[in-house]
Amino acid sequence: MTKKQKKMVIRLITSAVFFAIGMVLEGKTSWYLIPFIISYLAAGYDVPIRAIRSMRNGQLFDENFLMSIATFGAIAIGAMEEAVGVMLFYQIGELFNDYAVNKSRKSITELMDINPEYANLIRDGKEEKVDPYEVEEGDIIVVKPGEKVPLDGVLIKGAGELDTKALTGESMPAEVKEGDDIISGSINLNSVLEIQVTKLFDDSTVAKILELVENASSRKAKAETFITRFARVYTPVVVVLALLLAVIPPLLFGGSWNTWIYRALSFLVVSCPCALVISVPLSFFGGLGAASSQGILLKGSNYLESMASLGTVVFDKTGTLTTGKFKVTDIDPVQGSKEELLKLAAYGEFHSNHPIAISVKEAYGEPLDKAMIGTVEETPGYGIRSELLLDGETREISVGNMRLMEQLQISVPENQAVMGTTLYVAEETTYLGSITISDTVREDVPMAIKGLKAAGVKKLVMLTGDKPEVGQAVGKALGLDEVYGGLLPGDKVGKVEELLKNKAEGTMLAFVGDGINDAPVLARADVGIAMGGIGSDAAVEAADIVIMTDEPSKLTDIILIARKTMKIVKQNIVFAIGVKVIILILTALGFASMWAAVFGDVGVSVLAILNAVRALKYKLKD
Amino acid sequence: MKRIVKLEGLCCANCAAKIEEGVKKLSGVESASLSFMTQRLTMEIEEDKSETIMEAARKLANKIEPEAEFKILR
Repeated sequence: MTKKQKKMVIRLITSAVFFAIGMVLEGKTSWYLIPFIISYLAAGYDVPIRAIRSMRNGQLFDENFLMSIATFGAIAIGAMEEAVGVMLFYQIGELFNDYAVNKSRKSITELMDINPEYANLIRDGKEEKVDPYEVEEGDIIVVKPGEKVPLDGVLIKGAGELDTKALTGESMPAEVKEGDDIISGSINLNSVLEIQVTKLFDDSTVAKILELVENASSRKAKAETFITRFARVYTPVVVVLALLLAVIPPLLFGGSWNTWIYRALSFLVVSCPCALVISVPLSFFGGLGAASSQGILLKGSNYLESMASLGTVVFDKTGTLTTGKFKVTDIDPVQGSKEELLKLAAYGEFHSNHPIAISVKEAYGEPLDKAMIGTVEETPGYGIRSELLLDGETREISVGNMRLMEQLQISVPENQAVMGTTLYVAEETTYLGSITISDTVREDVPMAIKGLKAAGVKKLVMLTGDKPEVGQAVGKALGLDEVYGGLLPGDKVGKVEELLKNKAEGTMLAFVGDGINDAPVLARADVGIAMGGIGSDAAVEAADIVIMTDEPSKLTDIILIARKTMKIVKQNIVFAIGVKVIILILTALGFASMWAAVFGDVGVSVLAILNAVRALKYKLKD
Repeated sequence: MKRIVKLEGLCCANCAAKIEEGVKKLSGVESASLSFMTQRLTMEIEEDKSETIMEAARKLANKIEPEAEFKILR
């Protein structure tokens, strides 16, 4: 609790004690007014003062003003007990609001507590604590165990583990060794690391995330705008109704002035919209917090609204559904073992640094003996012919594409595989077999697709620049609804526009990409989602949502968080407005006292806020 | 240009809405958004009127919510 809140608690306890004394004395002695007055002043002496100040500033319908009128009016018509009670409970409600809001603000700040206060800069061989802003590119900094990495850089000395939970939502520490890129905002767990800085603080990951998170709630959801608009109309309407209620029945129908003024004052008690107005942004804020605890950053609460009614998800293929890294996926020898074929291919590609050669050597896994390599002849665009000294005999092995086989006049059986790239292996003029290398689908893609379908997303689409056949094969294997292949980056925008036109009414379309080359598409979709893109400036810039890990399954988490948040928001709006209207009707008809009004009003705001706080809690299922 | 102000101590959501509405109406303000939860007022304003607008915004905020401190962040 803050100092201000603690003071308020003491004031309210004092007020409650004197209120009880007043209740006991009431009817027994005429001195009972004194404890009531003390109780009123302890709870709300500052309310009328603030009311006068806002009146001077031309702010009518300010809540202090309304509460002052309601309580003074009650005193004037002799309802002292109600006047004090209203003030006491109104202040209890306010304190509760304040506490809940502060707590929620704090819990999110803690969640995103990645801002480094200092950097240990090595200057002239000495270590010095400086502001991260002062560190230049190329400088060397030291990060000790337990400290945050202040700037992006490369690890030049030391090895250890980094906690990146605040950045990626991933709770497993990441191991780092010399030469690895280190991102700022992660926490060094157990050893001293020397890092050469590669980016200024402003360009570092941590500064970018902070900027994104801090600006997150400036893009507001429709529900938020609705509620502030509602509040603008609600208060004046209730006040005017109160005025009419106080004057018309006594004047026109001979009602008792006291009765109707009492009812009108009860109206004023319900006229404050603040609790309602607080509960909505509080819920959205909680939703944004819940998402960021999962490593998902949203640029505004409006995207929670959109994600809750997602109907179509369009994926980019390479780098999003697939890792973008090549791996051996199929080995097809004519005779003999797969290992033998892979071994020949690995030796055949010994000197090559081509990504395909690297993946073949990786798949073989064993160290290669240089002594076994004889003469090598490489033909760019075709392949490699080499003499290998294997097991005491010299063998002439060719490894390459179809063109190489044609050049050597080796007939090759027609290849069925459409995915990836195929490498052919031959010995002299005898065909030995083929090895297929392809981009691999990310591990959690099947889970992501299952999750999205379970969450009711109607259409899953994949766009790719690859050959349509390759795209179709991948799409079919993954269970996607539609696949469009052979697209240039520019075509993707057109395709998304077409899909936007054809989507079901009231549903949203999200595009998921890795942020490389797809910024225009990210911008064009209802919601642009960049994945694993915290390192990429363009992605952070263009996307509406950034998933910091490279797990497409996080999409399901966003949808669930968004839906939960929207549900809470709707509950609060309907519940709070509903209760207020019921209280107003009952009061006007004389069925509810001022007590009912204040309890109803404070009660509803406490419940709405408790409900709103739920939005922050999101547990991963499984 | 983009200017960001923190209204520290902003504790009334309805006032936040009123301040946002008021700032939006100031001449030279292209867009404004005040988040009650983060207490940040983000404005897109005309560069040459920057200082007058900031002063007007400060006055406005002070009028509606005198308890909130007007801290210019950027």
